[in-house]
Amino acid sequence: MLLRFSRICTSLLLLLFSANIFANPAEKSDNSKEFDVNEMIMHHIKDSHEFHIMDINGHAVSFPLPIILWTDNGLVTFLSSEFNHDDSGKVIVNRKNQAFIKYHEKIFYAAQTGEKNIIYDSNGVVLNKKPLDLSITKMVFSMFISMVLLVLIFVATARTYSQSRNGEPTGLGKFTEPLVLFIKDEVALPMIGEKNYQKYMPFLLTLFFFIWINNVMGLIPFFPFSANLSGNIAFTFVLAVITFIITTLVANKDYWKHIFWMPGLPVPMKLFLAPIEFLGIFIKPISLMIRLFANISAGHIIILSLISLIFIFKSILLAPVSLFFSVFISLIEVLVVAIQAYIFTILSAMYIGSAIEEHEH
Amino acid sequence: MSLIIFLQETMVDYGAFAAIGAGLAAIGAGIGIGQIGGSAMEAMARQPEMQAKLQTSAIVLIAFVEAVALFAVVVSLIK
Repeated sequence: MLLRFSRICTSLLLLLFSANIFANPAEKSDNSKEFDVNEMIMHHIKDSHEFHIMDINGHAVSFPLPIILWTDNGLVTFLSSEFNHDDSGKVIVNRKNQAFIKYHEKIFYAAQTGEKNIIYDSNGVVLNKKPLDLSITKMVFSMFISMVLLVLIFVATARTYSQSRNGEPTGLGKFTEPLVLFIKDEVALPMIGEKNYQKYMPFLLTLFFFIWINNVMGLIPFFPFSANLSGNIAFTFVLAVITFIITTLVANKDYWKHIFWMPGLPVPMKLFLAPIEFLGIFIKPISLMIRLFANISAGHIIILSLISLIFIFKSILLAPVSLFFSVFISLIEVLVVAIQAYIFTILSAMYIGSAIEEHEH
Repeated sequence: MSLIIFLQETMVDYGAFAAIGAGLAAIGAGIGIGQIGGSAMEAMARQPEMQAKLQTSAIVLIAFVEAVALFAVVVSLIK
């Protein structure tokens, strides 16, 4: 086990050093430019086509990720390093008789007419055509790593059980078993009920561990972690939609009856409540989505803002203060990310539980 | 009415409004979470054997309150 982990660590380190090759020496450092905190934070929060690691003397060092496009002439693939860190649509990459530019982390076809590569309308919206972008971006890359880590952790856990003599957890099982039991005893049993909870345990466990590991990976401040994956609204949207689909599909007669024709109420009140309850079906998963997205994004923004204080006030004296506060917030975030994973799981369990609950009246 | 026109003419910087909105959301969430936390603590002190159950429901309730505040924060972030 230890050997395997050390092998993974070595290969990750190798990856890290190989990234240096792709550093672009031609790019000039622009020291006269004001440090823009907003831009730096937003760049970190958003998805991108390359994994930016650090700047050395103003030269960006980043890990190139593959760009996969479905264009009019079929599939086109190339590495994002071909754009030379350009994000303003200046560098053109030619593939299959088509020219591509990258502008604000989106891939466009370069404009054929005129000197400019980008055409804007009067509101500053880009009018260029876009190919279908299926790239492995920073977020997707980060998600792949988390999936591999989860598989490694749980395959290793399962193996410890076949090795232990009396079914007691050994090794990694000592770490994962209490968490699995916690989800079973504190989340699934009280929220879904003894009769049906086993059917939903795999979903709840996957949800909890997947969100948690991605949250924690976002807090580790170096490559290949640090991507703000669970603070990406697409990510939380998909998780919330899965919960929504499960809730809607398994819902029984009573659930729909309580939404559209609440028993035990006068008729005008039933008519009044039906649309509100109907909207509630959609607001529940939307609030799941927004809660995780906003919490994790807010954590990243706070830590980065505290560090940027040094650059805003341009004083080294502020460095200990900002360092202290960012360490403090990071420690709180370790707690917050676990609680957020737990809350997403327990609320999903609650919604599923309310959909299959049997009423006696 | 004149106030709105005045605001429209003078306040070009909508970022200020976003900051005020985020601050108001923080006040609301603070009051809500404070109430829940206070009551939960009181209940736990009265009945220590119920602590685990009270803690779970307090965290879930805080999540609901927090979600409302986060809606406001997201709106201020977007515009």
